[in-house]
Amino acid sequence: MTRRVAILGAGPAGLAAADAALTAGAEVILLDEGERIGGQFWRHHEQLTDRRMQHQHARFAQLRRAVGAATVHCEASVWRVDADRGIRVHALLGPADASGREAITIDADALVIATGAHDRALPVPGWTLPGVITAGAAQALAKRDGATIGARTVVAGSGPFLLPVAEGIALAGGSVVEVVEAAGVGAIARGWGRAPWRLAAVAGKSGELAGYVGGLLRRRTPYRFGQAVTRIHGVGGVEAVTVQRVDARWRPIPGTDRTVECDSVALGHGFTPRLEAAIQAGCDLSTERFVVVDDRQATSVASVFAAGEITGIGGADAALAEGAVAGFAAAGGALDDRRIRGALRARTRMHAFAARLDTHAIRPGWTSWLDDDTIICRCESVTRARLDEYAAASSRAMRLATRAGLGACQGRTCGRTVETLTAAGVDFDRRPVLSSIRIGELARLHHAEHKEQE
Amino acid sequence: MSVRIRFDGDEIAGRDGQTIAGVLLGAGRRSWRSAAGAERGVFCGIGVCQDCVVTVNGIENVRACQRTAHEGDIVEREAR
Repeated sequence: MTRRVAILGAGPAGLAAADAALTAGAEVILLDEGERIGGQFWRHHEQLTDRRMQHQHARFAQLRRAVGAATVHCEASVWRVDADRGIRVHALLGPADASGREAITIDADALVIATGAHDRALPVPGWTLPGVITAGAAQALAKRDGATIGARTVVAGSGPFLLPVAEGIALAGGSVVEVVEAAGVGAIARGWGRAPWRLAAVAGKSGELAGYVGGLLRRRTPYRFGQAVTRIHGVGGVEAVTVQRVDARWRPIPGTDRTVECDSVALGHGFTPRLEAAIQAGCDLSTERFVVVDDRQATSVASVFAAGEITGIGGADAALAEGAVAGFAAAGGALDDRRIRGALRARTRMHAFAARLDTHAIRPGWTSWLDDDTIICRCESVTRARLDEYAAASSRAMRLATRAGLGACQGRTCGRTVETLTAAGVDFDRRPVLSSIRIGELARLHHAEHKEQE
Repeated sequence: MSVRIRFDGDEIAGRDGQTIAGVLLGAGRRSWRSAAGAERGVFCGIGVCQDCVVTVNGIENVRACQRTAHEGDIVEREAR
């Protein structure tokens, strides 16, 4: 009998999973919340996207053709996943946040969770001013809308992702004033210079990064290391930022501040995996809070597989390789099958690249650039001082008193930061409803189910 | 090709296919909501943070970065 494989997320990991599952002979149902497949990496619009921003476009074109053989549901808000007695996925189909969307339920033999990650932007005094966006937002606006947040943007945070963001802004018609990287030159030399034979193995990746650096040089955009945006200035919108040198623990060094005039800021200090579906399915997490998978990308739950950023931040190439393995295994394929050999090799190679990203991991000293009145939870406008009052309280008491993490985004933006600043436990990723749906829609579903039972 | 929406009583033109956030940004608008008395606009750009929500044709809490603008959409500010 043909196996039915449901896949959550149509970014690089989910698409590769769909392709591989189809190759292995499965029936595939692919769900994504976006209007089109591609995820954040291949976010696009046929008329609005500058082709130069579509990296590995040939690979995307191949995957798009391949998933023509799958059932693809875009604009699908998956709001519940059950994996205890077989796989069941509940979703609403329709334009983002519309009311009265169509409810669907999908039963499957196996599930591949490839929900990806979103930016982690650390709070900075002034970061709620209009004109401050995440690095991923700058990239999404450039790719999807051909738009920029302003005319002169400072790109700041950490990690190699800042480079394609700066390029995207420039290609969309904006100007990048500076790229500010918190990791110091010494840390980068140690992190990326070690074991050069491994770097040679990821030559494709280093070539891509060298291309971005070349773009910065051509546009005379400074690329600063060991520095951070520690304050954003403006009235009603961004007018300037303070950039300071930071030590190895990301503590700002007094007396090193400079003012940089700009009208916008793109912040990205890494990524937060989108774990809620995997948690709801019952998958074990590691102490670093990624989904634990084995060689087959199988999770701790029978018939549930995971791939891409939720298993560890590694970028699109790692996601493509992991996705292929996950999809193939979910369809019942064996790892000694020659058709999956290439993906297994690529996965090993890209994990060597991913290990280097640790060079850019958030260091604890950043909290000293916060003011007492800096908003931490953007939804509920909860300040650092307010959180400090509950620094030693239980997670529940802190949240009920301050409302931090209880707003519209359900702690997706501030959760990890609130955990850093308080003694709050690690339950921000646990969400009973996986995506934003309207109470009216839930009520209608409930009503329909009761009618069925009568 | 262009698409026209109404926001704050003004008619705003964007490029066909753009999101509501893309249309507003293209017209130089950077904030369209208020929270605790301060202005907010787009932040995460990928539908996660809920900072950019607007009322569209009478339906509240629509993420401007996720919703494609359609001709004649009436977009209103929200305050929280």
